[in-house]
Amino acid sequence: MVQRLRLRYAKRGRLRFTSHRDFARAFERALRRAGIPMGYSAGFTPHPKISYLGAAPTGVASEAEYLEIGLAVHMDPEAVRVALDSCLPTGLDIEECVPAAGETLADRIDTSWWRITLPGLDFSTVDTAVQGFLAAAEIPVERLTKKGRRSVDARAAVVSISTVGGTPTTGSGPCVILDLVVRQVSPAVRPDDVIAALAAVAGCVPTAPVRATRLAQGRLDESGQLTDPLAPDRAAALAAREGSPETIAGAQR
Amino acid sequence: MKAPESLFPRLEPLLPRVAKPIQYVGGELNATVKDWDDVDVHWALMYPDAYEVGLPNQGVMILYEVINERPDALAERTYAVWPDLAALMREHGIGQFTVDAHRPVAAFDVLGVSFATELGYTNLLEALDLAGIPLHSAGRTEAHPIVLAGGHAAFNPEPIAEFIDAAVLGDGEQAVLEITDLVKAWKAQGRPGGRTELLLRLARTGGVYVPRFYDVDYLPDGRIHRVSPNRSDVPFRVHKRTVMDLDEWPYPKQPLVPLAESVHERMSVEIFRGCTRGCRFCQAGMITRPVRERSITGIGDMVDRGLRATGFEEVGLLSLSSADHSEIGDIAKGLADRYAGTNTSLSLPSTRVDAFNVTLANELSRNGRRSGLTFAPEGGSERLRAVINKMVSKEDLIRTVSTAYAHGWRQVKLYFMCGLPTETDADVLEIADMAKDVIRAGREAAGHRDIRCTVSIGGFVPKPHTPFQWAAQAAADTIDHRLRLLRSAINADRSFGRAIGVRYHDGKPGIIEGLLSRGDRRVGGVIEAVWRAGGRFDGWSEHFSYDRWVGGCSEVLPAYGVDLDWFTIRERNENEVLPWEHLDSGLDKEWLWSDWQDALDETEVDDCRWTPCYDCGVCPGMGTDIQVGPTGRTLLPLTPV
Repeated sequence: MVQRLRLRYAKRGRLRFTSHRDFARAFERALRRAGIPMGYSAGFTPHPKISYLGAAPTGVASEAEYLEIGLAVHMDPEAVRVALDSCLPTGLDIEECVPAAGETLADRIDTSWWRITLPGLDFSTVDTAVQGFLAAAEIPVERLTKKGRRSVDARAAVVSISTVGGTPTTGSGPCVILDLVVRQVSPAVRPDDVIAALAAVAGCVPTAPVRATRLAQGRLDESGQLTDPLAPDRAAALAAREGSPETIAGAQR
Repeated sequence: MKAPESLFPRLEPLLPRVAKPIQYVGGELNATVKDWDDVDVHWALMYPDAYEVGLPNQGVMILYEVINERPDALAERTYAVWPDLAALMREHGIGQFTVDAHRPVAAFDVLGVSFATELGYTNLLEALDLAGIPLHSAGRTEAHPIVLAGGHAAFNPEPIAEFIDAAVLGDGEQAVLEITDLVKAWKAQGRPGGRTELLLRLARTGGVYVPRFYDVDYLPDGRIHRVSPNRSDVPFRVHKRTVMDLDEWPYPKQPLVPLAESVHERMSVEIFRGCTRGCRFCQAGMITRPVRERSITGIGDMVDRGLRATGFEEVGLLSLSSADHSEIGDIAKGLADRYAGTNTSLSLPSTRVDAFNVTLANELSRNGRRSGLTFAPEGGSERLRAVINKMVSKEDLIRTVSTAYAHGWRQVKLYFMCGLPTETDADVLEIADMAKDVIRAGREAAGHRDIRCTVSIGGFVPKPHTPFQWAAQAAADTIDHRLRLLRSAINADRSFGRAIGVRYHDGKPGIIEGLLSRGDRRVGGVIEAVWRAGGRFDGWSEHFSYDRWVGGCSEVLPAYGVDLDWFTIRERNENEVLPWEHLDSGLDKEWLWSDWQDALDETEVDDCRWTPCYDCGVCPGMGTDIQVGPTGRTLLPLTPV
């Protein structure tokens, strides 16, 4: 393996119903169709070198999913991005591709920023529920998992929750938009859990399925802002481009 | 007609509430969405099972592409909807939809349904009902699609005769084009004579069966007296379609690749169609004659184009007995050479023991995984294999399998059937001996004990257009009893421990499949009763209910003086009129009968590809001929692009 590339991809529109496994299969086929010279694991059944970070749940859209691939030959990252994007259906979109530099992606991601659309509710109902949510120390909600029902605390992992703007209307009537910043803990707290918690504290129940989108992932800095996990990689790539050719050649050796 | 609106905006809010919503959203790689108003004829193609099973179906994929290549027609796909979504669709008034553009199925000109198995019949009724199309052909008007059945089960569509408008027997490639032409002309002329006229035009081609133009009379004892046309301008018998030059039909060129997981995740190429080995139980081998090979270069081109279009990492070389292709060795070697170093594996899903060799197997696994090998001796004893005309000797099997174990394979799967004509308990118990001999010889050949053999066994169902169409099906109790005996015989010998696994299916679903396979029009009422009682997805053990089918039979059949046993475990005699006799698969009834008598005498026939014709009747009757190589050509390395 001679080059590691980090990718940010989006899951949009109807393809938000793609599960992580579905995406992984589609992505591996796209690699083959695009002719990306992948590095393979050794062993009886060689696998292409791909590592995925925690994926957004099935049915939830995302602007910020990440993965890393290992190549057997050096490639121009932007050419890889364009080739892969053209081999994936519209709605599974490769947004960025940068050479990996420094610590692992997992070390740069511990928080998600979600935007949630709640249909059929008015602003004051949601705002009251949000205040009630913030006032609570713990809000246990039930979730159906493969192992049966389990209780999850939807409150502790939430860094911030707030309504955005007033009461816009979608095609299906009024709705309220929520912004939600949640630390990635185990067991994970998902947008659905927070919606269930809002219903539990204030009887705030949307009239139709909510639409959630992950807008960003990263680490929270001291000022409470989410950092971009690819920023150090981009900076390193820029520095390498601006450095002398000898330096780059040296770095590659 | 105005273009129907997409149902997706109304469907989308329901999707978070159902399992695996990705199966309903479409957007597969290589899917085609055309403008409704740009074409004259609209086809909805249905595979009446779950998306994950239906999507990889080659028949639907081929017809989808053949129709969509026409500038004046479009085809979209629809699949059986799981009960969770079906309930929500009813609640919200959303009809059966296509996954391509989410158009209502009711708006199409033709609804083509491909039946690989009879167990999809209740799903047909569910789809019609969800679509808002009257269940019965008689209740439909010009506003409704023509419901057209195809696939192997369409060789006896009598049980669903009242639900379909028409059926096509045999290869669909040319048939869908002709039907498109007829529908287009009829629409352009202002639909003269309405639906009846269109069905008549289809019937007069001689290759489309329209059940309403044929009447069935019964004898007092319940048997069929005769099936005859009720008008003078339709043919007495309807003939099957045969595509002669597979190289002219290199479909699918752009195989569909779903986002959802499906049962076959590979690039499939049909390397030949038809089979003349003459296995007497095998309906596919009887109704798809003669053998027509795709050439080695045609196969190479399809694999090349298909892999580039899909990104699959496995190539399946499909046919009824793939190792029988006259150039299979060169094909396997040529493909293995071409794809060396690309982690592309090849598989031969159907391989006969006598056509298999290790050189071939090594080529197949050269670039990929050395997964399991599968063979289907079908019958446990040499005697029984003579009855079914699948002449594989135990010695051949042991030799082949030992060689495979010696070359590094660790897993061999053996397929058998239970309940074959003339079978006794002893025949089935020989399967246990065979499995033990395989392991014993395999351990010796491999030089270690880390090998496995899985015995997979299911109940035999007699099928129309085969020499066993007259046979009494074994009762479910008989099947279950023999399978229990087999299992205890295998488990009795501890020295084989976990080296032999047994997978089996109980006999009850086979009885219902038998009812639907050899049933006549009187079975239609049973299917409807079962559907009304909640019957869906009968091919899935978690949805299949034997009791529901028994209930449907006792509700409907007594009025006709027949019952479930009458259709299944009753042996027919030579002069009984069979429900499908007016449907011509090309096979002479006299030949089928004499082959049935040969079966009872344990007499084999040879394959007519390599020995003189055994007069099954297909080639002269259908104006066809065996098309086999070798062509002498080879696969050249691909030029890098």
